[in-house]
Amino acid sequence: MAKYGFFLGCIMPLRYPGIESSTREVMEALGVELVDMQGASCCPAPGVMRSFDQTYWMSVAARNLVIAQKMGVDVLTICNGCFDTLFEVAHKLNHDPEMRKKVNKILKEAGVDEYQGNVNVRHFVELLYKDVGVEAVRAKAKSGKGMKAAVHYGCHFLKPSNIKKIDDAERPHIFDDIVEAAGVTSVPFKDKGTCCGAGGGVRARTPDVALKMTKENLTNMKAAGAEVIVDCCPFCHLQYDAGQAQLKEFGIPVLHLSQLLGMAFGLDKAKLGLEVHQTKVNL
Amino acid sequence: MAEAKEPNPEFTRKVVEAGGKTVNLCFQCGTCTGSCPSGRQTAFRVRKLVRRAQLGFEEDVLPSDDLWLCTTCFTCYERCPRGVEIVDVIMALRNMAVRKGYMAEPHRKVAELISKTGHLVSLRDEDKALRGRLGLQNTPPTVFSDPKALEQVKKIGEICGFDKLIAGGK
Repeated sequence: MAKYGFFLGCIMPLRYPGIESSTREVMEALGVELVDMQGASCCPAPGVMRSFDQTYWMSVAARNLVIAQKMGVDVLTICNGCFDTLFEVAHKLNHDPEMRKKVNKILKEAGVDEYQGNVNVRHFVELLYKDVGVEAVRAKAKSGKGMKAAVHYGCHFLKPSNIKKIDDAERPHIFDDIVEAAGVTSVPFKDKGTCCGAGGGVRARTPDVALKMTKENLTNMKAAGAEVIVDCCPFCHLQYDAGQAQLKEFGIPVLHLSQLLGMAFGLDKAKLGLEVHQTKVNL
Repeated sequence: MAEAKEPNPEFTRKVVEAGGKTVNLCFQCGTCTGSCPSGRQTAFRVRKLVRRAQLGFEEDVLPSDDLWLCTTCFTCYERCPRGVEIVDVIMALRNMAVRKGYMAEPHRKVAELISKTGHLVSLRDEDKALRGRLGLQNTPPTVFSDPKALEQVKKIGEICGFDKLIAGGK
């Protein structure tokens, strides 16, 4: 059984813990063992925190990587933001000894072990596609309900593609393939692949601008007949879920892929934590 | 007659050093602006921002609100025919802006939260209760339940001068 350090981040465990319980159950069902990364912090967020001070951003991220290093595992995340920060910092530190030296000096002064440069960071969609396999997901899916889904990749799962090299950043398919294996139809829609609007500190600083971007995406999803939005990032999830409540229109339920798989695998519905969703989920 | 501003190569050099090392490769085609989801909704124009950084127009760039309208979606970065790592350029400019004291209040609050608690989101009683109902540990097994780990995160903030930075910039 493959074993990974489960990186929780902030929004999932604190605002949508149903994504966490679903992920734990779904991964167990698929034979992926998740172990907690005791004492991990915020990744820190790649848009907003990296904007303030890149040395601080990198050092806090490196401390999180050291936790996985001590456990002797690679990191698994279900959040595009955590993935971007941890992947990018690991990529920089694993390939650039000078930068690693600089960050290790800060870690040492803070009482943190040296980062050796060997930890890999995985996004769960990529792990499901490449390691677990679409067929294994299909085999577990009992009830797909045949609904139409707007699949939202978000930005930081695949991009920047020059270092992530996961799928075509403009015309990706791996997330859609998993959603379809769960018995749901992924519908094409205009400008699919566009940012939800929340990233880069925009949601915090200018929420009205963020919401305009969200609204345009929602309009395109609705026009395509989407009955559910499926995301692979708690921050996009929050933006679509809370955004629709604010806009007082659309009413398209939002599910994180872990919740969708939980539903398809026939998990106890109470474990999905859907009651905290601001856009009602009647599926 | 409009007065032409003098370029300031010193500022451009600083942008390169701060991480925007590809800024000078831009030839102003505008693929970035045409791809920008934020620019569709606002007057933010990535191409202009990059040009101003190239010319070293510090006063047009660092205090500007436009600098903060990028969601870091990487679409322009992916499509740039010159390989300008635009998000890296924007990050370098934002770091420089924050050092000059340009930081919006909502961002200061977010930064304070991580500096004090190690997380960007708070842990409320209702979160603990819901976690319990879902069969999860009430308090997540993160810095929230590990004071020693939180001390390390705080110490990193101290060493990097992060606390001072968010307290007032400059």
